[in-house]
Amino acid sequence: MTRNLMILMAAATLSAPVMASEPKVPINLPAPKEGQYVHQAPTIDDLMADESIKPQLREVILKGYDMFMNTQQYRGKYVFNDMSCKTCHMGEGRMNGSGPVWPAVTTLPDFRGKNKHVNSVEERIAGCFAYSMNGTPPAYGSDDMLAMVAYHQWLAKGAEVYETNIAGRGFRHLGNKIPDDVSYDKGQAVYEANCAICHGDDGAGQKKDGQVVFPPLWGDGAYNWGAGMTRIFTAASFIKNNMPLSKPGSLTDNEAWNVAWYINSQERPQDPRYTGDARDTREQFIGFHKHTRYGTEVNGKVLGQHNNTGEKPFLKPANLKPRTFE
Amino acid sequence: MLKRNGRLMLAGALLVSSAVQAQGVAADGQQVAMQGDGSGAPCMACHGMDGAGNNAAGFPRLAGLDAAYIAKQIRDYNAGTRVSGVMQPNVDNLTEQQILDVSAYYAAQPVPKAQTGGDAELLALGEKLAKRGDWDNYIPACESCHGPDNQGVGASFPGLAGQHGNYIKQQLNAWRSGARHNDPNQLMTGVAERLSEQQIEAVAAYLGSRQAVAAEGGQ
Repeated sequence: MTRNLMILMAAATLSAPVMASEPKVPINLPAPKEGQYVHQAPTIDDLMADESIKPQLREVILKGYDMFMNTQQYRGKYVFNDMSCKTCHMGEGRMNGSGPVWPAVTTLPDFRGKNKHVNSVEERIAGCFAYSMNGTPPAYGSDDMLAMVAYHQWLAKGAEVYETNIAGRGFRHLGNKIPDDVSYDKGQAVYEANCAICHGDDGAGQKKDGQVVFPPLWGDGAYNWGAGMTRIFTAASFIKNNMPLSKPGSLTDNEAWNVAWYINSQERPQDPRYTGDARDTREQFIGFHKHTRYGTEVNGKVLGQHNNTGEKPFLKPANLKPRTFE
Repeated sequence: MLKRNGRLMLAGALLVSSAVQAQGVAADGQQVAMQGDGSGAPCMACHGMDGAGNNAAGFPRLAGLDAAYIAKQIRDYNAGTRVSGVMQPNVDNLTEQQILDVSAYYAAQPVPKAQTGGDAELLALGEKLAKRGDWDNYIPACESCHGPDNQGVGASFPGLAGQHGNYIKQQLNAWRSGARHNDPNQLMTGVAERLSEQQIEAVAAYLGSRQAVAAEGGQ
């Protein structure tokens, strides 16, 4: 009895400093599932140190990196809102759980349900420009597009080609089934408590000296109605894994779903695939839009029933087109 | 219903107008800086009348910081969410108006020239953290919240460029120990506790070497 007590006391003494060093803000991210492929993408420092890379190629990869990190330099050319590649693909596009971009070069060309044809890497990148950045992509085969692809491929260095069971890929680890009890009001409460300090009560984000610091989540500066992020499940998983910045995994799954619901119940620039009627566009692209609130009535208004393309002076980029191989 | 809305609107208008009235008066703040709260050392004793602070002593520069940020820190000392045995007794008798005034005064002081130079390797590591972060350890770039060149964003994300390195170091350690926990949503705590000792040295040295630009309302 006495002995046990002493052991207990010793254990308590020993555990005290361990307790003290417990992180106050722990990172609670999901571990890779069994059998999932894990790739650790190299960094720009690795690139600079890698003598097997020809200097000319290194320069092009660095240009792609610069485009990725500071896509706003192409405002009015490729980008017509406040988003950059790094806005969604955090951690320089390298991070598992933050939409790492290297799987694009190891899994494509492949068939994508979003546009129902076999897509190239360039086409995948083009989608981000057309939807998430509410713009128009660099021309296929152009220097700019090549630089983007080169950066993606650098991040894929050493990764398994054709492997699709990838840990931390995309934003879908919470699954795509929206819980039944999500609501606008619950989402608003989560938003006001956790998100508004940076993104603002009006979702417009914050700029400093004209430069975007905190990106808008809705309104003209945000991703348009065709962006993957408008899908509730995509936003929920993104938020769960990445937000608030520096506190990944701190919201409950339920909070992430509700706030994703709330954010994606707000207006934003038109889907470039718009037919002139949001309900009709929703039906035409129901495989995608069944996960969004676009073309449905929210607070007495049909979301997306408008001709607003934000800052972008056109609806659809010319190079977003079907491909048939016929 | 209409009547009720009308009353609500009136209440809203009153709230807005009182918020507008609650502005600091820099000229009155000068008095506060010189005299303090009447029960302790005046602000100028450590921060200087020019708000330049002192790197060796770890006294922060106040000149050109966001006024609302300064005011919040004073309130937080009094609320105990930011603990300092030096600051708390010297600000505990300030009225809300005096807090606003002295904050406005220091925000309006011209920012001093940064102290440049230092260990090039350390500065390079600091620059990397400030501009790119260390994502493998889940440390976002300082810039991602403190704005371009870490000049600060609004009342919640203070300018770090040109802040004294010793003060930055001291504060990062305060976030780690819990002596400072007045960050909204614990946005700074996690970052601070993930930084290594070397990273703290580096980022403090780098930020201290940058030239500050005054926040809005400053010069």
